[in-house]
Amino acid sequence: MDYQPVLTQFVREPRAYTLDSYVKNARGYEGLRKALTLKPNDIIEQVKASGLRGRGGAGFPTGLKWQFVLKDTPKPKYIACNADESEPGTFKDHVLMERNPHLLIEGCAIGCYAIGAKIAYIYIRGEFLHVQKHLEAAIEEAYRAGYLGKNILGSGFDCDVYVHRGAGAYEAGEETALIESLEGKRAQPRIKPPFPAVAGLYQCPTAVNNVETLCNVPLIVLNGPEWFAALGPEKNGGPKLFCISGHVKRPGVYEASMQTTLRELIFGDQYAQGMQDGHGFKAIIPGGSSVPILLDEHLDTPASFDHIQKAGSLLGSAGLIVMNDTVCMVWLAMNLLHFYRHESCGKCTPCREGGDWLYKLLQRIERGEGQMKDIDLLFGVSNNIVGKTLCAFGDAAATPVLTTLKWFRNEFEAHIREGRCTLPADWRARQAMLAGAH
Amino acid sequence: MSFHPQMEYAPAKFHKSERKLAEPGNEFKYTPENQALFDENVTHYPAEERKSTILFALYLVQYQQGHISGASMRFVAQQIGCTAAEVEDVVSYYTMFYTKPVGKYVLNVCRTLSCALLGAERITEEIGAKLGIKPGETDPTGTFTLVEVECLGACDRAPVLMINDEGWQERLRPEDVGRFLDDLKARGYAALTGCHLQVEKES
Repeated sequence: MDYQPVLTQFVREPRAYTLDSYVKNARGYEGLRKALTLKPNDIIEQVKASGLRGRGGAGFPTGLKWQFVLKDTPKPKYIACNADESEPGTFKDHVLMERNPHLLIEGCAIGCYAIGAKIAYIYIRGEFLHVQKHLEAAIEEAYRAGYLGKNILGSGFDCDVYVHRGAGAYEAGEETALIESLEGKRAQPRIKPPFPAVAGLYQCPTAVNNVETLCNVPLIVLNGPEWFAALGPEKNGGPKLFCISGHVKRPGVYEASMQTTLRELIFGDQYAQGMQDGHGFKAIIPGGSSVPILLDEHLDTPASFDHIQKAGSLLGSAGLIVMNDTVCMVWLAMNLLHFYRHESCGKCTPCREGGDWLYKLLQRIERGEGQMKDIDLLFGVSNNIVGKTLCAFGDAAATPVLTTLKWFRNEFEAHIREGRCTLPADWRARQAMLAGAH
Repeated sequence: MSFHPQMEYAPAKFHKSERKLAEPGNEFKYTPENQALFDENVTHYPAEERKSTILFALYLVQYQQGHISGASMRFVAQQIGCTAAEVEDVVSYYTMFYTKPVGKYVLNVCRTLSCALLGAERITEEIGAKLGIKPGETDPTGTFTLVEVECLGACDRAPVLMINDEGWQERLRPEDVGRFLDDLKARGYAALTGCHLQVEKES
């Protein structure tokens, strides 16, 4: 299928991030101009009709989220844009903000107008300082040109956009933890309900939206909800950014319709162009490290929220991590549990303690010091985390263990039987290999 | 005494916390420029929500003196109008704040899956061997600190290193580590690849 990129069409052009380029090439701020002639509720209806689903991971309909934002209240309302992009394997917002920041700014302004907010905070992860500089320069350009600030384009609508820099915390990507961090506290999730739409930032109604989600809004307003919905399969419309990393020839961010299959994304000429160095394909994590693994037999699944869910995984943040046949699955689970153990915010005991236990068990098996009963223990600990924490982090932390055990239990058993890692690859740490550890 | 018949009460190994309070250090005050930046940042938030500016305030401290000392936490608490404990609560949570001095270049090696698949573990090993340090340590000359970090959000450029918080080195190969460190020492940020999408040369 011929697909024309709309989110990333110009990102490789020189100075794509400037207002000049955005206005000249991409009909920049025409969406905002049009939105300001509509009633706020009409914009929400359009976004609902388009079927836009949140691009951060959960795939929740954005129009509904906006509709839930409490309207009858004297309190101010806010948009908190989630630019914390920390899900392993995900780097799409990175590209959007670095190369097309005005699209996000326009999306923030339209979003504010739609829900009745006057301020949008873009919560960007602390590691993206180089991105933040582009974004802040773009915001300044937008203020000077009258697309932000007081009485935007003579409409009487005021809107401010501020960038708020995080300082290194995966958990800040969870919407209530993001709000806590915006309030100047540790990024730890809140008990829900109340949901942010009712009591979010400073206990005021707040819509928390991912960068890519907000970037789609100007396109919907400009081209209409029907255009948007027609770009993909039913209920999975619109352009989608796929982040492909791992053992592929050409890793990168690719824009495609959600009709595109995983196989096309991995092997297609216009996408990642297949596996590196003549190795075979082993497995893929299709939606960032928190989702279950899929195998070769699943690759003809279209990469949409619904299709991938039916295949037994999740599209999540569309971070496709592709692995070749040199990857030891016990090592993989251990690598990811190191991540979850480190990033657990510590609020809920099952996740804080369980993640650490899982890591230690996996380390033991990977070193060749495991016992067969450790496999049952892995299940036991995992099942005591899943569904027993305030946010989805707990489920995410147990997923690498449960999914590797589901598909590759034989590798765990081989490690235990032979007392060593049965698949040591040359790209892994040398010293640990020699010592038989890690 | 123990409430469990087979468990010794408070075994020393289990209960000993490794956590240490930050050294108080010298008295701290923002430079006039940083004070102005702080005062401007406060205006981004409602007047009664000054605490929202805490991360920004702490970055200013870190840029000014290289790390965040006990005295500077008290200073930030006064600026914001909260307790020093609330500031420490935040400092101790976020990984990008240092409570001890670090080297001139902090080498943040991404260790998460996508980077690990393409040799990040080898990069850490090579840097460690070349500098004679382990992750978390600073070399004797105070030039480099080696840190293993979790996903940096640039997985297509794996393996990725973030140098301090503004330099990026993409697709570093283990065999190039020695040359890379010498080059970084000699030429600073100019030695880095920067971002691969950056098609224009910034002056």
